[in-house]
Amino acid sequence: MKPLETLKTAITNSFRSKLRTTLTVLAIFVGAFTLTITNGLGTGISNYIDSQVAAVGASNAFTVTRADTGSGLGSGPQKYDPNTRVLAGGGRPGSTQVALTQADLDKIGAVPGITGVSPVTRLNTAYIQWNNQDKYQLSVSVLAGAQPQLDAGQNLDDGSPAPQIILPSSYVAPLGFSDSAQAVGQDVTIGIPDATGTMRTVTARINGIEQSALLSSGGAFINKALSTALTQAQATGTPATSAPVYTAATATFAPSSESQISGMKSQLSGAGYTAQTLDDRIGTVKTVINGIIGVLDAFAVIALVAAGFGIVNTLLMSVQERTREIGLMKAMGMGSGSVFALFSAEAAFIGLLGSLIGSGAAIALGTVVSHALARGPLSDLAGLQILSFAPGPVAVVIVLVMAIAFIAGTLPAWRAARQNPIDSLRYE
Amino acid sequence: MPVPILSTRDLTKTYGRGPDRFDALRGVSLEIDRGDSVAIVGKSGSGKSTLMHLLALLDTPGGGSVHVEGTDARSLSGRRLNALRNQMFGFVFQQFFLNHATTVLDNVVLPLKIAGMGARERRARGMAVLEQLELADKARNKAGNLSGGQKQRVVIARALANNPRVLFADEPTGNLDSATGRIVEDILFDLNQNHGITLITVTHDHDLAARFNRRVYIRDGQLITTDEEHAA
Repeated sequence: MKPLETLKTAITNSFRSKLRTTLTVLAIFVGAFTLTITNGLGTGISNYIDSQVAAVGASNAFTVTRADTGSGLGSGPQKYDPNTRVLAGGGRPGSTQVALTQADLDKIGAVPGITGVSPVTRLNTAYIQWNNQDKYQLSVSVLAGAQPQLDAGQNLDDGSPAPQIILPSSYVAPLGFSDSAQAVGQDVTIGIPDATGTMRTVTARINGIEQSALLSSGGAFINKALSTALTQAQATGTPATSAPVYTAATATFAPSSESQISGMKSQLSGAGYTAQTLDDRIGTVKTVINGIIGVLDAFAVIALVAAGFGIVNTLLMSVQERTREIGLMKAMGMGSGSVFALFSAEAAFIGLLGSLIGSGAAIALGTVVSHALARGPLSDLAGLQILSFAPGPVAVVIVLVMAIAFIAGTLPAWRAARQNPIDSLRYE
Repeated sequence: MPVPILSTRDLTKTYGRGPDRFDALRGVSLEIDRGDSVAIVGKSGSGKSTLMHLLALLDTPGGGSVHVEGTDARSLSGRRLNALRNQMFGFVFQQFFLNHATTVLDNVVLPLKIAGMGARERRARGMAVLEQLELADKARNKAGNLSGGQKQRVVIARALANNPRVLFADEPTGNLDSATGRIVEDILFDLNQNHGITLITVTHDHDLAARFNRRVYIRDGQLITTDEEHAA
């Protein structure tokens, strides 16, 4: 029998007992549906986390600080070294953070693989104001490769000489804008006190509005031009002899492999610095979510295994019912391999039917539910589609279900194949 | 002397074991020549059907051997065996074994489908053989809607689809009224006499057996020389 004929015959046969096929397809449907939903949940949440993480910082950058050498219990106070500067730490009382100097930045930049080092300066901005309306407090940070999820407008241009700012969407209404679109392109005034306490103002243009996000700090992002202007304003009146010090530096590197990154990390720690990538800081959240998705997937697979027994049962009955037909075909010279292929193909077809309908229903229902949730209970987390279906994982689900159906079909198919023609024909 | 198309030597077949043991065949040796018409005659339980199943290579003997054109059937590979069943033998089953849900044509072309013939060729050959048995107008009917005589002719058409050289028929007239039975008999003998097909038939009907070139009588699993039953 030709392969195509086998396939056609198998499909025809599977529709011969409609009720039985329908019930088996339903059992597989449940498994495929659950698996597709949990898969969509995993894809949706990890997409969201990835975009949120990208909004906070670049993936190809370390945040480098001086390693704290004095935090060990019972180690006593550190001996004074005239070459180190200490900043009051933000941690527990008494903890200190050693500051980075220009010499440190040069050392970090010398590590092979590091393409650029920029100090993290603290800009103590005081307020933001638009059109002489009310003033609001503001904290700003430099956009070090981060990709904020924008509600309106465009991302910052670090090459532009014009000062630009991205504001969180929570600022739109208080500053007096009617909506995000109106705010984009407007000039705002930023107040910053200088070294002598005098308030200085810098004007910047709103380049974009950031969606409210899971990991956002509520601060604004600024471009290099604005950062320079604010730094200058803040430094006005600083004694000329005071050398600049920094709490931390951002070291960027070319996209690298896991081992290259850990190599750079160990080099930096050997030199007395602590380097953390964004993944280091966010990694645990993702691990927990992957764990939850894994457990849900396991339940779906249990449902599928149960459905697999349904397939075994359906096909065993089918083999029983068609014993004489099998005998007839074998008496007419049909090989055992063809008989096996015929029944296996029938099983795989039932699996395909169940998984297509199951995945299709899951995608349809999931998309509707996800949109409803995004508009309703989850609207505070802008950009979160709790269920999102990528073609790859859905295809994997369909293939997996078909594989389970095929394996379930091998037992009945083997029983059908090994029968002696005349024994099958004599079967009552 | 030409090699017989089918021959058996000391053929035995046993069903069950222990107290349920039943010896269906107890050493049957037989030779059937090309183009011959042979009736295997015996009462029910005599082993006549078992003998024919072994000759048609549908079953494996307990002992002894079956030779097809001089080749021992046991030495045949699975593929060769399937090719023989498909190309060389046609089998007319007493219980018909038609698929009632599909059309007459689909039933008839089943051996061609198994042989891997293309759909168009299959249809042409199927219609030709239905024509031969005057069933062409029933080709599109569901097999379940036919009368007994028509079903028997469909089964013969199916057996003939692949141009077999040996046609086996198990009680071909057993389920038919005498008029229809006569028509089916005529078809079988026409195939034997005008198409050179070797005809091997199992029957307990002595009138039918009388029309055959040669009769083989079997009782309790052994061949007997004369028709004692009939003579007595």
